[in-house]
Amino acid sequence: MAKLSMVLAGSLLAVPLLAQAADQTRPLNIQAIILFVVFVALTLYITYWASLRTRSRRDYYTAGGKITGLQNGLAISGDFMSAASFLGISALVYTSGYDGLIYSLGFLVGWPIILFLIAERLRNLGRYTFADVASYRLKQKPIRTLSACGSLVVVALYLIAQMVGAGKLIQLLFGLNYHVAVVMVGILMVMYVLFGGMLATTWVQIIKAVLLLAGASFMALMVMKTVHFSFDTLFSEAMKVHSKGAAIMRPGGLVSDPISALSLGLALMFGTAGLPHILMRFFTVSDAKEARKSVLYATGFMGYFYFLTFIIGFGAILLVGPNPVFKDGSGALLGGTNMAAVHLANAVGGNFFLGFISAVAFATILAVVAGLTLAGASAVSHDLYASVIKEGRATERDELRVSKITVVILGIVAIALGVLFENQNIAFMVGLAFSIAASCNFPIILLSMYWSKLTTRGAMVGGWAGLITAVTLMILGPTIWVKVLGHATPIYPYEYPALFSMLVAFIGIWLFSITDRSVQGAKERGLFFAQFIRSQTGVREAVDTAREAVETAREDLEAAQNVKPATR
Amino acid sequence: MNDVIYQRIASNPHFKELVAKRQHFAMLLSLIMLVLYYGFIMLIAFAPGWLGTPLYEGTSVTRGIPLGIGLIVISFILTAIYVIRANGEFERMTQQLLREVRYNG
Repeated sequence: MAKLSMVLAGSLLAVPLLAQAADQTRPLNIQAIILFVVFVALTLYITYWASLRTRSRRDYYTAGGKITGLQNGLAISGDFMSAASFLGISALVYTSGYDGLIYSLGFLVGWPIILFLIAERLRNLGRYTFADVASYRLKQKPIRTLSACGSLVVVALYLIAQMVGAGKLIQLLFGLNYHVAVVMVGILMVMYVLFGGMLATTWVQIIKAVLLLAGASFMALMVMKTVHFSFDTLFSEAMKVHSKGAAIMRPGGLVSDPISALSLGLALMFGTAGLPHILMRFFTVSDAKEARKSVLYATGFMGYFYFLTFIIGFGAILLVGPNPVFKDGSGALLGGTNMAAVHLANAVGGNFFLGFISAVAFATILAVVAGLTLAGASAVSHDLYASVIKEGRATERDELRVSKITVVILGIVAIALGVLFENQNIAFMVGLAFSIAASCNFPIILLSMYWSKLTTRGAMVGGWAGLITAVTLMILGPTIWVKVLGHATPIYPYEYPALFSMLVAFIGIWLFSITDRSVQGAKERGLFFAQFIRSQTGVREAVDTAREAVETAREDLEAAQNVKPATR
Repeated sequence: MNDVIYQRIASNPHFKELVAKRQHFAMLLSLIMLVLYYGFIMLIAFAPGWLGTPLYEGTSVTRGIPLGIGLIVISFILTAIYVIRANGEFERMTQQLLREVRYNG
């Protein structure tokens, strides 16, 4: 079980092993810093460019819905190919071989499911946040509050993980102080989101995805060149030099008992479909057709990327493992095993390429935190402020102002949390984020679109029950109960709660919906068919079309009158 | 549901046909994906040795490698199959349906 959690962190964050090596700060890497400064300058220019084009609320949250399928596909894969999955999965392959492939698969297989079941309906029903979809026919206030809470918790946990990961990584890659690194990431992410909104965030993601894919392709190519493009040679040479020998070619204890395997699989597969910053990406494209295309491109890029990390991991076994240059006195890898890919960059491309890969890794973190921040800010401004507090009567300018204030607050909170949680178990946070997304957000989204009998009562009870169960089981599980609180045995013996908390959520929603005999409940069921037609065809009811047209016209007018109303 | 367009869509036989075809197709593909992935997970849990057996005598490539890589490829292929049909056939059916309900309902 401990291995499971370590591995989760490893592939998402590259942290647990880094934590051990945190004090081994490296000398300043000048090439990496220069390349990184170039990247930051470029992205800040894009932010400036985007700020000139971001005027209305629609521009800010969704880049005006003008992102193409290909661009969105790249941005989605950018969200997923974090520095962590690059360094973490290749490190996992480097240490255990085949297990790395198993792990990366978990991240990929959720995507076809998202496409088949969720993507087009989400695009047809929603405008800015997934709560738009969940509250389509249910009561706005409670559902949006629940969705916003679910989103904020997931965003916060994910953000902590990324911030701490970023701090440790930068410390190692650039030789910068941890606190300096965390503050820097916080400031940059606020700049992107505050001024550039979704348009800047999307382009930062796209650039980073392209750089990462290019860098990883080059590394994999160089690795394959050294083995004359034969997988047989690659594997047999790797087995010869690896301490585990032939064991690296078969599954080894990563998922040993079926319950944990299933729980982890469920959390990864369906958690992805409940991550607010991922769902938000579907509103940036013009229609369901482009939404489908974006998943196709994203799945392609991610599949290719995970394939590359597998080769890179084996390449590291071959080219980094036996080389004493990359080892310290005790024979361990400099900076921990998560640096395997970075050392490999040095081995195949020299110092310049090492700088390039380091800069890309940092850029990657920036892009991911920017996406998270925007999702969190929109949950506060669009769901909590405009819909719950102002009951839909907030002006567009006020909503945007609240959104921007939230971005700044989130930036400060993220920096504080990053400093506060410097030495905490990050694996736990990420596991919790995925589990909550799978047990609270996902069931509500799925059932609101598919099940006509869903009522507000059912969604509230089931959603909160799923959220609370997920959190409680994580606390009673081995990570918190045993390792943090020091009890002898965990009350809940498995690392991941998803199997049970998802069950609780679905059963809760089902039971409290079918037993709901209220007038409100009947009305909500009656609205399903209209929602169904819109989810299938994308056709809005005339009254909605008119309202949205008026809103859009007003936003455009306001935007035209004030060149930059949002930043005043 | 007071909306005229919605009533026309609801009573149009092409709408029912579109929905039935698309749902059926999406469910089928989801099922294939779920069975393949959880089948793979169960193989890892219960038969890691089988996965670790070389493909044939004299190679270092084990059964798990083509299966794992295959799953990546299949994810992409299933996605592509769905997108091609949804953006082609289903999209045409949707447009046809919308023309019917808008102009000669």
